[in-house]
Amino acid sequence: MTGEAIKIDDLHKSFGSNEVLRGINLSVRSHEVICLIGASGSGKSTLLRCVNLLEPINSGRISLFGQDVTGPRIDANLVRRQIGIVFQSFNLFPHMNVLRNVTLAPTKVLKTPRAQAEDEARALLGRFGLIDKADDYPDRLSGGQQQRVAIVRALAMRPQIMLLDEVTSALDPELVAEVLEVIAELAAGGMTMLIATHEMGFARDTANRVCFLEEGRIIEDAPPGELFTNPKDDRTRRFLRRIVEAKRL
Amino acid sequence: MDANSPMSPGQPAGSFTATGRGPRLLSGGGTRATVISSVSTIVVLAVLVIIFLLAPGARAFEHTFFSPTDMWRSFIGNPKLGYYSVGAAIWLNIRMFLVAEVLILILALLVALIRQSTGPALFPIRILTTGYVDFFRGVPLILVIFALGFGLPALNLPFLSDLPDAVYGVAALVLSYSAYVSEVYRAGLNSVHRSQVSAARSLGLSQGIAMRFVVLPQAVRNIIPPLLNDFISLQKDTALVGTLGVIEANKAASIYSETVFNFSSFTVAAILFLILTIPLARFTDRLIERDRRRRLALGVQ
Repeated sequence: MTGEAIKIDDLHKSFGSNEVLRGINLSVRSHEVICLIGASGSGKSTLLRCVNLLEPINSGRISLFGQDVTGPRIDANLVRRQIGIVFQSFNLFPHMNVLRNVTLAPTKVLKTPRAQAEDEARALLGRFGLIDKADDYPDRLSGGQQQRVAIVRALAMRPQIMLLDEVTSALDPELVAEVLEVIAELAAGGMTMLIATHEMGFARDTANRVCFLEEGRIIEDAPPGELFTNPKDDRTRRFLRRIVEAKRL
Repeated sequence: MDANSPMSPGQPAGSFTATGRGPRLLSGGGTRATVISSVSTIVVLAVLVIIFLLAPGARAFEHTFFSPTDMWRSFIGNPKLGYYSVGAAIWLNIRMFLVAEVLILILALLVALIRQSTGPALFPIRILTTGYVDFFRGVPLILVIFALGFGLPALNLPFLSDLPDAVYGVAALVLSYSAYVSEVYRAGLNSVHRSQVSAARSLGLSQGIAMRFVVLPQAVRNIIPPLLNDFISLQKDTALVGTLGVIEANKAASIYSETVFNFSSFTVAAILFLILTIPLARFTDRLIERDRRRRLALGVQ
């Protein structure tokens, strides 16, 4: 599938009087990996939640594969099936083991027969080195393992787009790499991804384009080589300088 | 149930910290602690017995409340002499309790789900359930029992006015307790973090399926101790149905005392209720303790 996967036009979103997104315009082609960078509170997470229809928007338009999903009469459940989202805090279901976490949505939403769903889940878990964790409950896993399970859980729905919301921010430094490897593998496999991240090195190596957000607007949108070495905007420069000073790049 | 039951003797000293287990009935571990707690228990009991024996009316009191022959007679019952068996009557309490419990669990859940709903179409039912909870939490249970037990038969409705009194009693228990238990459910539903709903909905699960498979199981797990607490209370309150003339344990005991002029029958009823409620109370303690340990384990990680 080629062409435009995500198209966002003049998206506005407020929480009460607090305007978090102030006119976002963004277009993502199929198989493209876009990293969203910016300070906490710049609107990265909200943008991802809006694309997944977890947050109602105030104005603007979001289209997925050419279909407007923000209009009335849209079945949000149908839209969400096509999009996987992974959260900063994993959000695995603590009362289910890993296998059940992964098979819940396929069996209940796609009506995949249980045996088939479990076979597919085991195959995915195996691919990401988690097969021996299939029967464990989430509280038995390390943060890195939990986050990889969360990614597998999203992939089990065979999404066409993956949204990753600061998926390594809650992890101990030594666990970050194993999760980033998984994401890099997905990128190499051609998955369309929109990734909010603080990992600048990862963004530089993996993204096709990097967008810098500040105060609910995309300030700069460029290939990583350009944005990191030769930022056009003063605000981008200032942000990157702070990151360098904090030794994150 | 693991091998280390809550009161297993002979735990090595310091096992409290070693296994991460919580305080016990005989708190701490070690022989010294066991000796101290045993001695203090004996002393306290002895003091209570001495105070009782020294009381001027001790003999009369003992005869009126703890007469072995009267206790046995009231337990067995003798319809020819005009009194019923308390031991047989307790089965009615148990049956009322079991039926009421199941109905309460269902009705209370419905009420809680409606009160938690957000859809505008459900607004009138939401108001109605709020009114229901306010009303039945505020009105004393015994008045509800009277209202149903004496009121419904007086209305001369077809079917509804010709039921056994025990049914009116159970209906009153269900109405009253469901109001309380729905609040327990609500607290449980609120205790499940919103991010769990986000995660479920983001996978394409509908609101109903997310509730059924993600939110509710976690909510119920969190509220089992307070739920059991309410059910201990419910077991006792089945005695109030006796006010309708239903021969349950308390009513049977009361008939005995009025016939023979001895209150030992009430002691029998009390003992029977304790036999019912204490195991449930200990079971509740166990669950609370298990829950505390689990939280502790998570916190350490």
